[in-house]
Amino acid sequence: MLGLITVGCVLLITIYLIISGLPAIREIGFVKFLFGKRWASTAAEPEYGILPFILTSIYGTAGAIILGVPIGFFTAVYLSKIANKKVRSVIEAAVNLLAGIPSVVYGLVGMLVLVPSIRKIFSVPDGASLLAAIIVLAIMILPNIIKVSITALDAVPEEYEDASLALGATPVETYFKVSVPAAKSGIAAAVVLGVGRAIGEAMAVMMVAGNVANMPSLFESVRFLTTAVASEMAYSSPGSLQRNALFSIALVLYLFIMLINAALNFFLKKDKEK
Amino acid sequence: MSEIITTKDLCLWYGDNQALKNINLAIPEKSITALIGPSGCGKSTFIKTLNRMNDLIPSVKITGEVNYKGRNIFSKDTDVNELRRDIGMVFQKPNPFPMSIYDNVAYGPRTHGITSRVKLNEIVEQALKDAAIWDEVSDRLKKNALSLSGGQQQRLCIARALAVKPEVLLMDEPTSALDPISTSRIEELILQLKEKYTIIIVTHNMQQAVRISDNTAFFLLGDLVEFGKTEKIFSQPKDKRTEDYITGRFG
Ligand SMILES: Nc1ncnc2c1ncn2[C@@H]1O[C@H](COP(=O)(O)OP(=O)(O)OP(=O)(O)O)[C@@H](O)[C@H]1O
Ligand SMILES: [Mg+2]
Repeated sequence: MLGLITVGCVLLITIYLIISGLPAIREIGFVKFLFGKRWASTAAEPEYGILPFILTSIYGTAGAIILGVPIGFFTAVYLSKIANKKVRSVIEAAVNLLAGIPSVVYGLVGMLVLVPSIRKIFSVPDGASLLAAIIVLAIMILPNIIKVSITALDAVPEEYEDASLALGATPVETYFKVSVPAAKSGIAAAVVLGVGRAIGEAMAVMMVAGNVANMPSLFESVRFLTTAVASEMAYSSPGSLQRNALFSIALVLYLFIMLINAALNFFLKKDKEK
Repeated sequence: MSEIITTKDLCLWYGDNQALKNINLAIPEKSITALIGPSGCGKSTFIKTLNRMNDLIPSVKITGEVNYKGRNIFSKDTDVNELRRDIGMVFQKPNPFPMSIYDNVAYGPRTHGITSRVKLNEIVEQALKDAAIWDEVSDRLKKNALSLSGGQQQRLCIARALAVKPEVLLMDEPTSALDPISTSRIEELILQLKEKYTIIIVTHNMQQAVRISDNTAFFLLGDLVEFGKTEKIFSQPKDKRTEDYITGRFG
């Protein structure tokens, strides 16, 4: 019964998004909407190209993954295989804390600490940039990546590791050649989960990325798919093309998330088959 | 026949619990030594001391000596990884890696720096032949090792251990998880391996000890009660406790 409610909600949201998202895409034109490079919804001659948002979301997420996954991965290997119990429990507590911090707090700290530092270190006019967003996102996805990877690594049967050690492999060789490959689908799931979190995040990136609809570039202010919807929703008038276009953006974002979910399910299923 | 492993006053504690008490034992090379005794008497502990797998358990404390080819394996200049290469191990539960049959056998040599494809092929084939499993898997080396039967998996594990060219093979109840047919195949195999390797095998199966071993060591509560020629131990045990055990009066 509860399952039905969940399925019903998902169906409802999907249908609602498609119905409200399609009209603007039709009016603007599919190609012009998705691949238009300029977003100027309030100009005298409005333009509705969301390529800057799409690319910003992709680059931002990719950057967060490139930065966050190696750190998270090595932390997980260290905690699962090398750290003693005390160290592990302290770091795990910190990781859990990190996971519980609301995104607005990440945004705030990013705004007050990260943005000014970027401005100074790279001597750019404005620190609110794609780079700032990438760093904040990387930190935000870290706890998930660490936790899911640890679960996967902990589940690797000790017999595999014993066999490797008994063959004369060093512990580090054993972790990377036996434990990690044995846990690879779990670790892949961790990465996909991180992607999902990063691409769906709105509040924190709105606060540190400058929120200007530029084509993405590391030191420029940028706007993400999420923040594009959030920032104009309040003042767009209902029924206007601007408002409808926001729904279309939401639809595009939704499709991305669906894709990521499918990937996640794929990895989790592969894990179970073993 | 010379002795390849000797222990001198070997004691081992897990925390406060002493699991091995003053073990003095000399194992002749290219022979099969069976370790018998009731559950919990320290057979596995003893065998894992010989390739220092007990190092991995933080609470373990060891005193005394284990000499491998005349050198104490606990001395500072012993390279543990090299020692484990020389003294291979086969576990109770078959534990092939979740990779292909080929990669399982090639794992050890690769770890020790062999990268030549030709050389690896050669080693893998030889090891699989030595472990008497080549005929069964030669046409599916790329298949996942977990698709093999339990008995085949165990022979694959033996092949994997042989591929690093050890001198000694430690086997902790290698057939206890297997059916009778697989068991007798592995026993035959062990008898063949004796030509090239020194084998130390833990078994709960008295007939198995009689069938394959040259020498037998009987452990009880951490003590080595009796050690000698297998026929002797089983026909005229010196110690009353040995006699009680092999005649099935306890354990
Ligand atoms: N990792 C460990 N930590 C603490 N105590 C241990 C550990 N492993 C074994 N022991 C203890 O050491 C003693 C000897 O155990 P061991 O596993 O060597 O016995 P065994 O002769 O191999 O028994 P079995 O025939 O059941 O395999 C037992 O009392 C056991 O409880
Ligand atoms: Mg045992």
